[in-house]
Amino acid sequence: MMRITLLYFARLREQFGTGSEVADLPAEVQTVGELVAWLRARGGNWANELAEGRAYRLAVNQDMTALTTALKDGDEVAIFPPVTGG
Amino acid sequence: MKIQVQTQPFDLSTEVAALYAANPKVGAVATFLGLVRDTNEGDGVATLTLEHYPGMTEKSLAKIVDEAKSRWEMLDCTVIHRVGELKPTEPIVLVAVASGHRQDAFAACAFIMDYLKTQAPFWKKELTPQGERWVEARESDDAAAARWQNKN
Repeated sequence: MMRITLLYFARLREQFGTGSEVADLPAEVQTVGELVAWLRARGGNWANELAEGRAYRLAVNQDMTALTTALKDGDEVAIFPPVTGG
Repeated sequence: MKIQVQTQPFDLSTEVAALYAANPKVGAVATFLGLVRDTNEGDGVATLTLEHYPGMTEKSLAKIVDEAKSRWEMLDCTVIHRVGELKPTEPIVLVAVASGHRQDAFAACAFIMDYLKTQAPFWKKELTPQGERWVEARESDDAAAARWQNKN
């Protein structure tokens, strides 16, 4: 079983009501895209914020990444809105 | 190269002097100083609160600076970004690039800022008379970063 740490920032942290969680992933979740679909299935704000067409960014182990990236045990996965620093 | 994320203010002249005082090869320092404006999208802004992703922020800034170094002659560079609650007129970000000549300094400074705006994990929340709201990312910032993709 894969265990990962999930981090949420800014608007998503507020909407999800938490900044981080440790998740044990079911066997069918092997990529970042499958992880997002799994989170979306929680419904409510998860389904709303992660819906198709909504803008959000993903990072695995602190590097921006794509939905096709494969996950491995111990990964740190972050989901956040497009950045607005500077 | 100095990359720092901090809540406390910084002093522009101290930071710039540190880039050239001990290095007589520096002929130019280009700086960008970003400040909190008191208006955004037509509304008054009383405070700006900056959140970031500790660890990834420093890592992504280092990557951006490395990319700039591979494109232009850079003798030294300082990037300081503040987080936490800031008021209008307060400095948010400093990018200062030291080079032998101005062209490299100007270009590298603009490149680092354009990439910071679209790649470094910072988020702004502003307090307006209507309440708090997250600042939305702008397409013009993506366009500003994209223009560097054709230049090498």
